[in-house]
Amino acid sequence: MITDIIKASVAASAIRLATPYIFASLGETFGQRSGVLNLGVDGIMLLGAFAAYYAVFETGNLLLGVLAALIVGMLLGLAMAFISVTLQAEQGISGIGVYLFGLGLSELLFQKTVSTPTPIEGFPRINFPVLTDLPVLGEIFFHHNLLVYVAFALVPISSFILNRTTFGLQIRAVGQNPEAADAMGISVARVRYMTVMIGGALAGLAGASLSIALLNIFQSNLTAGQGFIAVALVYFGAWRPYWVMGGALLFSTVNALQLQVKTIENALGINVPSEFAVMAPYVVTIITLIFASKRVEQPTALTKPFERGES
Amino acid sequence: MRKKWLLLPLILLVVVALVAPSHHHTRSAKAQDTFKVAVVMPSASNDLAFSQSMFDALTAIDAEMGDSFEFVFQEGTFVVDDAAVALREWASSGEYNLIIAHGSQYGAIIEELAPEFPDVSFAWGTDVDTFGYDNVFAYEAASDQGGFVNGVLAALLTKSDVIGVVGPIEVGDAKLYVDGFKAGVAWVNPEIAVNVNYIQSFSDVALASEAAQAHIANGADVLTGSAQMVVGAVGVAKETGNVLWFGQQSNQTELAPEIVVANQVYHWEIVLKDIISQIQSGTLGGTSYTLTLANGGLVIEYNDAYALSGFDKFVADAAIQGIIDGTVTYTLE
Amino acid sequence: MMAFVHRFFDTSKLINLVLNISLLLLAVGAALLVGAVMIWLMDADPVKAYQALYEGAFGTTNSRAETLVKATPLLFVGIGICVAFRGGVVNVGGEGQMIIGALAAVWVALSFDTVPRFLENIPIHDFPHIFIVTASLLAGFLAGAAWGGIAGVLKAYFGVNEILSTIMLNQIALQLMNYLLNGVLLDPDQKDRVNRIPKTARIQDYAKLPRLEWFSDTPTRLHAGLIIGLALAVVVYILLWRTTLGYRIRAVGQSNRASRYAGINVKRQVLNAILISGGCAGLAGAVQVLGLQYRMQTDGSAAGFTGNAGFNGIVAALFGGLHPIGTIPASVFFGALLIGAQSIQREVQVPASLITTLNGLVVIFVVSSQIFIKRLTKRRASVPPQPTTPKSVPALQEEPTQ
Repeated sequence: MITDIIKASVAASAIRLATPYIFASLGETFGQRSGVLNLGVDGIMLLGAFAAYYAVFETGNLLLGVLAALIVGMLLGLAMAFISVTLQAEQGISGIGVYLFGLGLSELLFQKTVSTPTPIEGFPRINFPVLTDLPVLGEIFFHHNLLVYVAFALVPISSFILNRTTFGLQIRAVGQNPEAADAMGISVARVRYMTVMIGGALAGLAGASLSIALLNIFQSNLTAGQGFIAVALVYFGAWRPYWVMGGALLFSTVNALQLQVKTIENALGINVPSEFAVMAPYVVTIITLIFASKRVEQPTALTKPFERGES
Repeated sequence: MRKKWLLLPLILLVVVALVAPSHHHTRSAKAQDTFKVAVVMPSASNDLAFSQSMFDALTAIDAEMGDSFEFVFQEGTFVVDDAAVALREWASSGEYNLIIAHGSQYGAIIEELAPEFPDVSFAWGTDVDTFGYDNVFAYEAASDQGGFVNGVLAALLTKSDVIGVVGPIEVGDAKLYVDGFKAGVAWVNPEIAVNVNYIQSFSDVALASEAAQAHIANGADVLTGSAQMVVGAVGVAKETGNVLWFGQQSNQTELAPEIVVANQVYHWEIVLKDIISQIQSGTLGGTSYTLTLANGGLVIEYNDAYALSGFDKFVADAAIQGIIDGTVTYTLE
Repeated sequence: MMAFVHRFFDTSKLINLVLNISLLLLAVGAALLVGAVMIWLMDADPVKAYQALYEGAFGTTNSRAETLVKATPLLFVGIGICVAFRGGVVNVGGEGQMIIGALAAVWVALSFDTVPRFLENIPIHDFPHIFIVTASLLAGFLAGAAWGGIAGVLKAYFGVNEILSTIMLNQIALQLMNYLLNGVLLDPDQKDRVNRIPKTARIQDYAKLPRLEWFSDTPTRLHAGLIIGLALAVVVYILLWRTTLGYRIRAVGQSNRASRYAGINVKRQVLNAILISGGCAGLAGAVQVLGLQYRMQTDGSAAGFTGNAGFNGIVAALFGGLHPIGTIPASVFFGALLIGAQSIQREVQVPASLITTLNGLVVIFVVSSQIFIKRLTKRRASVPPQPTTPKSVPALQEEPTQ
């Protein structure tokens, strides 16, 4: 049935679309849980995407690509942490700075090295024995590239780290009440450096998932603002990894559905303006949140720099 | 207030800069022998699409005319208002024989600048409107023609009778190409479904890629698209293996040599050459140009690496010839 | 008067001022130095490049005018941001609010395709012109406020975080613009063309904001929007610090709970803050159309119309100390940077992306240098900071609870 095929392809498409958001949003969740808002995610994603792309372009080695994205992302996270933790700069504004820096530098490096959009051999789709050949389910779940599975695997891992480990406890303590955490002997700065660097690395990986796994190409502004959506999804998910994943999947499913609108139209003989189709994921995300109305308090110390003995 | 520290120095800095003595540009007389062109473009000059088509044309003329030609450019100027700054700067410098605004979104700027600088020659596109000024050239491409030819070939090559199109926004050059493409498909076989998806963006590669995936999931085995974000869609077609691609605006063969069948390529140099010779003989504007298959401004460039059957190529060439001599006609929606 | 002089010119203030200027210059200089290395790596001449930057922003009368033109929307958005952030609302929806404001303004302006008879009968010089422009600007303000208000209502009454909703609303506004400019607002001349361009008709002369012809003897694009922006800065300054409304907004921004105990309706103030903020951004969009472009046109992206002013305005406001008056020089500073940067691209032919990188570096370096000022002033200060001093970025307060 054509409808089954469409349903399966929509689900598969949603999973692909959600992948970069999950990476980036999980990373941002770590940072925000510890009290640091990083608005520069999109810039880090772009530089991560370029680093991975260029490494693969030069060497053909995919693992090197992933490594390059992780390192570049982590370094930018380190820079962001230095700016917002050590130098206590305003986080919103320095995030915009990091975004502009990443947007510009990734394009500049691309122009100076590869120059024209050139396809590369990225992560191939995995063919699982038996599973991939399953009808419908095979297409939805068992025909993606490695990074897609890594993204989804990171959700329970992140949730575990945040909720069940000492490090997670420290993160939450630092984000909720840095003075008390400091009194307990937790180094606020160290924890925040770690979380922002984790966030940077995951943002880099989010970029890599685009440039060497899903699209296998680089172009200026490849992410087209996905990093900002990723930040929004952290709020949607109320700083909880599973909810963040839910938000990413909801947003991406509507996006995948709207891409099918033209086909549905031809079948039903209706006409939806493409502008409204493209708008749909944003509208649905907001409306869902109205009804979900979780009223979860955000980390109390979010965006507030910490200095010992200040308050 | 913690932030007052920034307030005063900022005021001081700005005031000093604003009242500092200005250096008036000494207007150097145009060198008699060098023809100087300035151009502003919305995206990167090597985007494999719209901006590159103009950049390649200028480079070709530069190679031909050598020392007697020179051009400067400002690329990536998607902010319309930024283009206004560049264009005004160039116009008032008096150094350029021709100033090109390569993007239909720049029209309002030319409309304002042209009467203010009547001695400067402007060209802009893609549009046909010279606003009634005799120092404005306008240029556009009849991209429906190449779209038609691509459509004819696509209809001949599809086995599933489903064809997918990925477009940016439903206006201008992209719409013209897509409508021509649909007419071409219908000319061969009106039963073939052409699904068109305008993703409302010139830059979102990821969405363009998923739009291509959606088309393929719906059975499309031939794809085409317009604007610079389609590189994502080409990649999807290539990865799938048995899906063909038709290029538009620039030659996109290098993106996927295995699956690109043909490209409609713009050769603005035929327009530019005429504009240059008009300006050199003292006419600063008033003409509106259209690239067509007939005047050689539009060229269907086949991918040699793709084995197109003799029959299919024969039909495509016949369509080209028919459009040129007027025996093949079609109406756009 | 003497008190004023004393306030600004006692010695410690003067030393602080000198320190501040040196540090600001140092921060900008450091950013430009990193930029210089990059330019040099690209085989271009950094000295020539920075000469082009200065010349492009301030070198000629026209470039000064362009700097101010670029600063105008930053100023409007920035003034709005001052109100929002002081009220504890992080409004990153300036882009969308600008778009909606511009749409409303151009719609009203175009609806006066002839001057109505009753306007001409009023014996005030140029009354139809004043009336139509005012009506269009008002429409821009109200529409921007309404668009911001959506996020405000969502935050105040549904607990939806405003960063999320304004990011989403920006995208929705963009699609609305694309739809309207290709639909009901489409230029009638374009309607029958297959390859139509999504733009409105040009507004009539009497709907335009006048250009400031006294600025220079050659025509520039500097328009009356700048004057309106300067006036708005003063109005909002008075509103924030001399009215009850302003006091309440700031109180809520500082402490949600304390405000509630003081009997302030927190939800209403949150809504007020974002309504004013959205209105200012709406005005930014309106003056861009009425003063500069005279018609609205889309290339499918938000930045194509706004020039990212919705975001750059935030940066300007924060550099201006979240003070409407401080936002004035900060906007000019960023306007100059954005205009001068383009000139580097033209004169030295380096890619546009280098300029974006450079802008990012300047933002990072300047915002990072703040700590040193803070440390220096702390060391020099003889009295501890007053307890009432507002935080420069108000804490994001907890979601209002029932």
